[in-house]
Order: sequence, then C-alpha cells, then structure tokens
Amino acid sequence: MDYFLELLIGGLTRGSIYALIALGYTMVYGIIELINFAHGEIYMIGAFTALIVAGVLAMSGMSGLSVLILASVVAVIYSAAYGFTVEKVAYKPLRHASRLSPLISAIGMSIFLQNYVLVAQTSDFLPFPNLLPDLPFLANYVGFIGSTEFIIIGTTAVIMVLLTLLIKFTRMGKAMRATAQDRNMAMLVGVNVNRVISNTFIIGSALAAIGGVLIASHVGRINFYIGFLAGIKAFTAAVLGGIGSIPGAVLGALVLGCTESFATGYVSSDYEDVFAFVLLIVILIIKPSGLLGHKPTQKV
Amino acid sequence: MLRLHNVQTFHGNVQVLKDLSIEVSEGEIITLIGANGAGKTTTLMSISGIVPPRAGEILFDGKPIQNVSPDDIVASGISLVPEGRRIFPRLTVMENLDMGAFLRRDNAEIKKDVNHIFELFPILAERRHQQGGTLSGGEQQMLAISRALMARPRLLLLDEPSLGLGPIFVKLIFDIIRKINTESRTTIFLVEQNAHMALKVAHRGYVMENGRITLEGSADTLLHNEDVKKAYLGI
Repeated sequence: MDYFLELLIGGLTRGSIYALIALGYTMVYGIIELINFAHGEIYMIGAFTALIVAGVLAMSGMSGLSVLILASVVAVIYSAAYGFTVEKVAYKPLRHASRLSPLISAIGMSIFLQNYVLVAQTSDFLPFPNLLPDLPFLANYVGFIGSTEFIIIGTTAVIMVLLTLLIKFTRMGKAMRATAQDRNMAMLVGVNVNRVISNTFIIGSALAAIGGVLIASHVGRINFYIGFLAGIKAFTAAVLGGIGSIPGAVLGALVLGCTESFATGYVSSDYEDVFAFVLLIVILIIKPSGLLGHKPTQKV
Repeated sequence: MLRLHNVQTFHGNVQVLKDLSIEVSEGEIITLIGANGAGKTTTLMSISGIVPPRAGEILFDGKPIQNVSPDDIVASGISLVPEGRRIFPRLTVMENLDMGAFLRRDNAEIKKDVNHIFELFPILAERRHQQGGTLSGGEQQMLAISRALMARPRLLLLDEPSLGLGPIFVKLIFDIIRKINTESRTTIFLVEQNAHMALKVAHRGYVMENGRITLEGSADTLLHNEDVKKAYLGI
C-alpha cells in the first residue's frame, strides 16, 4: 500500500509539471488553433533563467526562500517576455496564412531557441540547486510524501485555482473565452483580439516557467534539450484531455503522469513512454476529441 | 451620420462591393434589400471593420473609419448583430450580455440596461444561467440583439434578423426593431431578405444587385415599385 501511494504521489508530481506546461498548449490552441511547438523551449528557458539568477544570488550570499522567490519571479517575467516575443515574431505575421505556415514557423522557433541556449550555455547537463524548502513536519505525519513533491503538487493546485478564477470571472478571462469560441464575434463586441492573444502567450509562458523551476529543483539538473521531451509529453497530455479545454489539460496531465509512474513502478521504467502513448492512442480511439474536449460546433 | 462613398471590398481576389454608396441619417431606419450574394453581408462587414474595403471611404460622424480596427469601431458607437446570430455558445446568457458591454465601465448603468433587456425579453431572464448554445433560434436572435444593445450603440447594424425564424418570432423581432428606434432614437441599418417586412418597418430603402445600388428611395415608393414587387416581394 505504501508503495502504491508512493507511485501515486510520484505520478501526481509529474502530472502537475505536465499540467503547468500543457495549459500553455491548450490555451494557445483554444484561441488561435496553433500547436505552439516552441512552448517546451519556453519552459527550458524558464529553468535556465532560474539557474542563473539562483547562481548570482548564491554568490551574493543569499539563501533559502528568498532565492526561490526571486529566481521564480525573474524566470516567470523572462519566459513571459519570450512567449510574447515569439508570438509577435513568428506567428502574428502569419495570422492569415494557411494553417501549415505557422506550424512550420513554430518548429523553426523551437529549433532556434534550443540552439540559442546550446550556444549561449553548454550542451552538458548543469547541476540545479534544490531551491524548494524542506518541510520537516511532513515526515512526522505523512511518510509517503516528500517536501518537494508536496510543494510541487500544492503550488500547481493553487495555480490551477487562480487560473480558473481568472478565466471564469475576470474581464480578461471572459474576453479569452469569447475569442476562443468565435474570434470575429469577439472583435464585433469590442475585444482587442491581438491583446487577448498576447495575454494568452504571456500566461502560458509564465506557467511553463513555474513548471521549469519546480521540476529543475526536483530533478537537480538541466540542459538545453529538456524542453523537447517535456513539451512532447505536455502536448500529449493536452491532446489526451481534449486540446483547447483547460480542465481537460489538467486532467490529461494527471492521468498521463500517473500512468507513467505506475508503469515504471509495476512493470519497468523502460516501458514508461510506451504506456504513456498507448494510453493516448486508446483514448483517442474511444473518444477522438479527448477526455473533456467538445466536438467542434457547427457555425451557421 | 454614416456615409459610404464608392466603397470597393474584395474577398480574396473577388470584388464583392463595386463603388457602393449609401447614406444613413441620424434617427432613421434604412434597409438594404437584395438577392443572395448581392453583397449585403459584406457591406456590414466593411462598415464594422472585419473586412476592410480596399478603396473608397466610410465616414461615421464625418470621420473616416475604413481603416479603423473593429474594436475601435464598436467604441465609436456602431454595433452589429451578425447573420446567424453568432452567440458565444459556451458562455451563459448573462455572460453573453456582459460581453456586449465589454467596452463599458459604468457598472451601475450596465445593470440597468440588463434589467431593461430582461423586461423586453422575459425569456432571457429565465434562461440567464443557461449556455447560449442551448437556446432556440428565436431566443438566440433576441440575445444577439440584446448583446448588441448592451454596447449602447448609436448605430445598430442588423444582418438578416428574421432568417430561419417562425412567423411569431419574425413579428416580435420587427416590433422590437421599431421600438428600439423610437424609444432610444437608435439609428438602424437593416439588411433583409424578407423585403416586405423590412420595407414596412423602414423609412428608406436601398436595393442592391451584384455589389451595386440599383435603386433607392423611401420605403413606401419601393414597396409600390413594379420592379421591386416582381423581384423581391413576389407579387
């Protein structure tokens, strides 16, 4: 039973990180129907930014929680700026082109950002300090969950609640939903659609950066390539849950994380990815629009 | 109030509007009638900035708006009720109305307008927490008109509001159009295929063929014009 709980916690931790990245895919897809393949790179850039900031702060003698907070804030701002710029440079000029063009542009952007970090940093894995604080009280009460897992799952849960409130109740959230449902009509009630699209990229990138900082602290090392696999997995999670659906992305990510964790624990870690993608295929055969995806509505 | 002067609009390489000129004065109801594909919807799309014209001028209160973005056009006082209603299907009725008032900040007045709309259309009040996509066609049309009114437009553009509705709803919608015009002095630009109803409610009318205005005059004259009768009234 303890082993099961351990695997479950491991799966939820993974799933939380996938969810933070998957939200960026699903929100962007919901609004401009583009798979933003450069999104994984934004997450990687977030982790690198946090590493650099943490390094500088450590040299200046700071430690503990203030390093985590400062490093995360800078990483979020920096990644958000990258997301914003990528959209303006690579996607906005292609807004009225055929659907294939921005997709190719996205892949190009992804390769460019990977190689840019490769040149600017190094191809080696760099050690990442564990910025997350130790929570000793956890060990006294619950044995099966470690501090980092607890913080990752907890942070993600809080962010999900905040995001839901933002989407449901704020003016910007309503504008985002309206734009996703009918872009021209949103313009016709006075929504500045360009601003909505920029905001979507900024929010998605900020979430990915938080994911990057959390997972880098957990795993303890990063390189320029971490965005690729994480991006593919998060994208899988978004499709699994129904691309375009925000709760779907979270559900898909948690299901995917747990599947991987259980496959590793009960079968073999060699089969982790096999199980993840078999799950994707099975769900898409049974429900092509994903777990919580809605069928495209016919416009009259 | 609104003046289109030699407007030319294209869809890709196809020219839809060819030297279109229309004038609308403050406080009147004008109607634009014509067959399918004549360019009526494109005319409204050009005015609201979704499909900007390639040549010509559109003046609103004397100011050119042909290159202004759609959201700024809404802000200047023009709202469109589009063809097919275009309700946000997964927003509730209430949220759809909120979206109509997207550019307004006067929350107290917005509340008053919502109450006014619920008086006008009690069925919308009943369904306020229901998703827009679950409403019937007639209810959606009421909601589409209400959503446009929430912006407090000075000029209301209506694209085929009677399309696909049963006779009771058609009569209701036209009554409401007349009421909006007389009560709040909103100027109305009505595009219709139901030429008979449209000409009965309008003060003036334009007849459009292949992207050009072929006939214009008071609604009464058009109703009794032999060509109009043959081509659009089916008499």
